Amino acid sequence: MNIAIASGKGGTGKTTLSVNLAALFAEERKIVLADLDVEEPNSGLFLQGDPVSEGVRYKYIPEWEESTCTLCGECQKVCNFHAVIQLASQIMIFPELCHSCYTCSELCPTDSLPMIPQRMGMLKHSKDGMIDFVESRLDIGQEQAVPLIAQTIEYLGEHFGENTIKLFDSPPGTACPVIEVIKNADFVILVTEPTPFGFHDLKLAVETVKELKKPAAVVINRYGSGPADEIIEFCHTSDIAVLASIPNNRRIAELYSGGELIYTKVPEVRTELEKIKNHILKQWK
Amino acid sequence: MEIGANDIKEIVVISGKGGTGKTSIAASFGYLSGDDVIMADCDVDAADLHLLMKPDFAYSEDFYSGELAFIDSDKCTSCGECAEVCRFDAITLRNGSYAVDALNCEGCGYCTRICPASAISNIKQQVGRFYISSTRTGANMVHARLNIGADNSGKLVAKVKNETKRLAAAYGRKTIIVDGSPGVGCPVVSSLSGADLAVMVTEPTKAGLHDLKRIYELVQKFRIKAGCIINKYDLNPEISEQIRIFLRGNNIRELGAFPYDEKFTMAINQAKTIVEYDRSGLGRLIRACRETMHLMINEKQML
Repeated sequence: MNIAIASGKGGTGKTTLSVNLAALFAEERKIVLADLDVEEPNSGLFLQGDPVSEGVRYKYIPEWEESTCTLCGECQKVCNFHAVIQLASQIMIFPELCHSCYTCSELCPTDSLPMIPQRMGMLKHSKDGMIDFVESRLDIGQEQAVPLIAQTIEYLGEHFGENTIKLFDSPPGTACPVIEVIKNADFVILVTEPTPFGFHDLKLAVETVKELKKPAAVVINRYGSGPADEIIEFCHTSDIAVLASIPNNRRIAELYSGGELIYTKVPEVRTELEKIKNHILKQWK
Repeated sequence: MEIGANDIKEIVVISGKGGTGKTSIAASFGYLSGDDVIMADCDVDAADLHLLMKPDFAYSEDFYSGELAFIDSDKCTSCGECAEVCRFDAITLRNGSYAVDALNCEGCGYCTRICPASAISNIKQQVGRFYISSTRTGANMVHARLNIGADNSGKLVAKVKNETKRLAAAYGRKTIIVDGSPGVGCPVVSSLSGADLAVMVTEPTKAGLHDLKRIYELVQKFRIKAGCIINKYDLNPEISEQIRIFLRGNNIRELGAFPYDEKFTMAINQAKTIVEYDRSGLGRLIRACRETMHLMINEKQML
């Protein structure tokens, strides 16, 4: 079972919830936590795992084979992303624009654009007690997060059974990176906060999960920092359960700042996380 | 008054990590500048700046980018070649005929080109809308809304930035303030491209420091001057010190440090900028920060 922990707005507490929930599950069962916010992966800052495996991840881009190229111009014509440009006497490739669709490579009449691997990031798998932790990290300068996210989810599928609960710490927003995560999820937990920003972005996030036809529930973080009535009312009319409300207090922010687990030190947080855990287990059975 | 593109200074507020106060701070800078500035919201998939600036959405335009394959089932002979060449698992057999899964299709057009029955066409996608507004503070604002799940957010960001520059030149505005998007991927790259100063907003948390280092690595690639604001600096003095060591080691100017203060959130809850809500406290700090920022941007030498 794949559970995505997402939010439209950044900084609402996705990582806090992911890590603490994973640790709570791990008190009694095996759990996989995957940090799929590959642009800014942070879950690993809260875990001390022993490495299981680590590897460079590649995407495939065309490389110009000058000796066989006849400069017919077909590659430039077929590339919809303007990643292949023909100049007077050479073909130029822009890897950051390339979507690895293979069109230019496979339609080249002289096979002069073989696809070669290009490094896009790293995947690390470690183990912290009962938590298997998988993290991918996009290299700085790489613009496309989606291929790395897709490969990470593939890795999870190869290494863990269908019955294992997998928590996905998702990227923020509503664009392609988070879609890549949510479309692979069975259930989505949306984290929000009671501010106009939090509420506005929650509405977008709910629209996203509805578009993808995924069951979802909401967790209100920093509960008490502002009026939550509108959020609760909205969830009610959207037929989405509010699973838990994590209180707003400085102590929690301080624990988070130092990379510490929160639910073990703040009993109210444990109570709220237990509600989420029970909801997930009920879904899973 | 038409002014040259070189006279216009563009300040991009970014953070790497979300939720550090980027939008609140950008809006405060905007408020303090009155109508002397143009605001741009480049966080196009979770845009929030409009909640503080109250733009009037006076002008709007559909934004088209990228394509999507469409299979004409009348012409399709179900040979399956399209599904074979598709690298994105976007073409699947449903009830005996092939169809495109819009969420997976990247619009590369490979299938369209090789379909023996010419049954596939590529359709231009409307992926969002973009707006030019007047705001309650007197500043003009360029902003956008990316459709749910749409690709090409980087291109929409580029469009927002280009329009902002065009307006600044036409109206004789010398400063552009950009609310950037989180992360280090394509929308952020587009946000930073062509900027004169990157203001990195961070917080003294392990995640804040980690993300600051990553976003600075990206800023360096663009050779842009960089300054840093430490929000909630007193939340974790030890990590604040680590942030300062990092800033000093990289010659990044500390533009300001704000205490952990619930007024930050209270201001948002009243749809106000911090400088309006807390004039003497946080407001004073932000005004000082803005002055340093403007001094920095006018310095000739790269710091």
